[in-house]
Amino acid sequence: MVNKRGHGGHRPGAGRPEGTGKFGEKTKPIRVPNSLLPQITEILDAHKAGSKKIFMMPQNAEIMLPDENAEHSGVPFFSNMVAAGFPSPADDHMDDRLDLNEYLVSHPAATFFVRVQGLSMINAGIQPDDILVVDRSMDPAHGKVIVAALDGDLTVKRISKQNGQITLMPENDDYDPIEITAEMSFIIWGVVTSVIHKV
Amino acid sequence: MPRVLALVDCNNFYASCELVFAPKLEGHPIVVLSNNDGCIVARNSESKKLGIPLGAPWHKVKKTTRRHGVQAFSSNSALYGDMSARVMNILTSFTPTIEIYSIDEAFMDLTGAPVNSLTEYGRRICQTVHQGTGIPVSVGIASTKTLAKVANRIAKKNPETGGVLNLEKVKLHLDSLLTQISVGDIWGVGRRWSKKLHSAGITNGRELRDADTRWIRNQFNVVLERTVLELRGQPCIELEFAPPKKQTIMCSRSFGNRITHQDALREAVCNYTTIATAKMRKQKSCTQAVTVFIQTSLLNKKEPQYSNSCTVPLGKPCNDTGELIHHALGGLNSIYKPGFRYARAGVILLDLVPQDVEQGTLFPSTEEYASSPLMNTLDDINQKHGRGKLRFAAEGFAHKWQMKQNHKSPAYTTKWDELPKAGD
Repeated sequence: MVNKRGHGGHRPGAGRPEGTGKFGEKTKPIRVPNSLLPQITEILDAHKAGSKKIFMMPQNAEIMLPDENAEHSGVPFFSNMVAAGFPSPADDHMDDRLDLNEYLVSHPAATFFVRVQGLSMINAGIQPDDILVVDRSMDPAHGKVIVAALDGDLTVKRISKQNGQITLMPENDDYDPIEITAEMSFIIWGVVTSVIHKV
Repeated sequence: MPRVLALVDCNNFYASCELVFAPKLEGHPIVVLSNNDGCIVARNSESKKLGIPLGAPWHKVKKTTRRHGVQAFSSNSALYGDMSARVMNILTSFTPTIEIYSIDEAFMDLTGAPVNSLTEYGRRICQTVHQGTGIPVSVGIASTKTLAKVANRIAKKNPETGGVLNLEKVKLHLDSLLTQISVGDIWGVGRRWSKKLHSAGITNGRELRDADTRWIRNQFNVVLERTVLELRGQPCIELEFAPPKKQTIMCSRSFGNRITHQDALREAVCNYTTIATAKMRKQKSCTQAVTVFIQTSLLNKKEPQYSNSCTVPLGKPCNDTGELIHHALGGLNSIYKPGFRYARAGVILLDLVPQDVEQGTLFPSTEEYASSPLMNTLDDINQKHGRGKLRFAAEGFAHKWQMKQNHKSPAYTTKWDELPKAGD
């Protein structure tokens, strides 16, 4: 520590004694990305205040936060398609955060939201005013909950395909199944993949 | 490797968008109106069959169409824009090399796909887009853009093609197919050239293809020569992946009701300036001059007519809404005359230049430096919370001049409280 001529460098006993800083232990400088500064400061403040909570988490647990900067739009995947569009301000923070769109929507271009009216599917957990996530690109297989245009009106039911007969099954004992006949106008509009229900 | 291009075109796009969410109207005649419910801009096949002409002024045909039970829709651009983005998104899952040519058309580069299965591939494109979005499309496949347009047109007009035509497959009939297409319907031939070609004895696609290219270049120009070469199967027009930046941006509307007061005109002009300026900033340009125009109704011949415009050149390129509003209002002030019932106003931003090569003045004022972050914040807020949420006070709030939209369908895909409903 002392140079050849015996000048400068480390002098024993000089400076603050080890462990007497605000944390009461040895510290080490590190580089921190600006975006994480608030969280890290918070952890340090909590630690300083004597809280041990933050360190009692199981090892290897990932801290995941909902993306508070996520875009506020219906099916937001399209907003990035326009060549001249604004880059999302959230793009830089996308890693490791949870996006409900990613969880609920597999085919954004073919996914539509539909509002529920009526009680016919109540036992399937589909209640009035809920929002259905409807994927038009999926195969409306036997047993799927679908949205169909029946004589021009959209309706949500479970589809049954047996022996070539299509039947729309309600999930409520007060309603009768609807057998689709040749005279009816019937178009399958899309397959319901999720129900969004606010409590 | 021979080039293979496809033109995918949505059938009756606006009308089809409305029908996706109004299945009840399937099989019934519908029309879509232009801004301000002005004239008919789209028809489904049922209203085409009734002989309702495209472009007909709505107030003139309203009565007869009502008698036929025609359902009219005001223009719902939020819905059409969203549905268009969905269609284009699905097309890019087939090939990333696609040029979005208009709201309802795209060129796709299918070079390298096995030639014999192209028709099948085209059918899969139609099927996937239709299932995913409910929008029917037609596909024309050929070696050049111009021929792909021709193929698409034939596919659309002939239901037996199933909406898909690979021109290479019908090469033997190409002469007769081109003969059936009027020269004015060939892509790139405008009305003026069509007239001139007709008087020179060139009336259909085949005659244009076989015309002497040197004569075409001398009599017309190199652009039409390219069209001729493209009809012969020589690719001359490349796909454009990034839309070229606009040189001018215009925002102009007809008013819902006639305006007589200058205050309301000022509001409208501010509003249009704001819209045009935001558009300009989106493409990262600055303007060097702003034009304002106002006009009375051209439809009503009995009323006193007046129209005028004023162009205000700017000292330096500008993209600041506040500053441009100031200049636009100055322009309006110099052309406004009291005593007329104004039907339309507009703002044009001229001579756009990229904002990063903008030349500074020798003595910039401090406000100029401050305006750019302000504009960015303004655009960000309006992008997030909807157009017009944050605005200059001069734009006003009453907006009595706003356009008529008496038959507008809900914003089914872009507003939470306007979603389609599924019942029992």
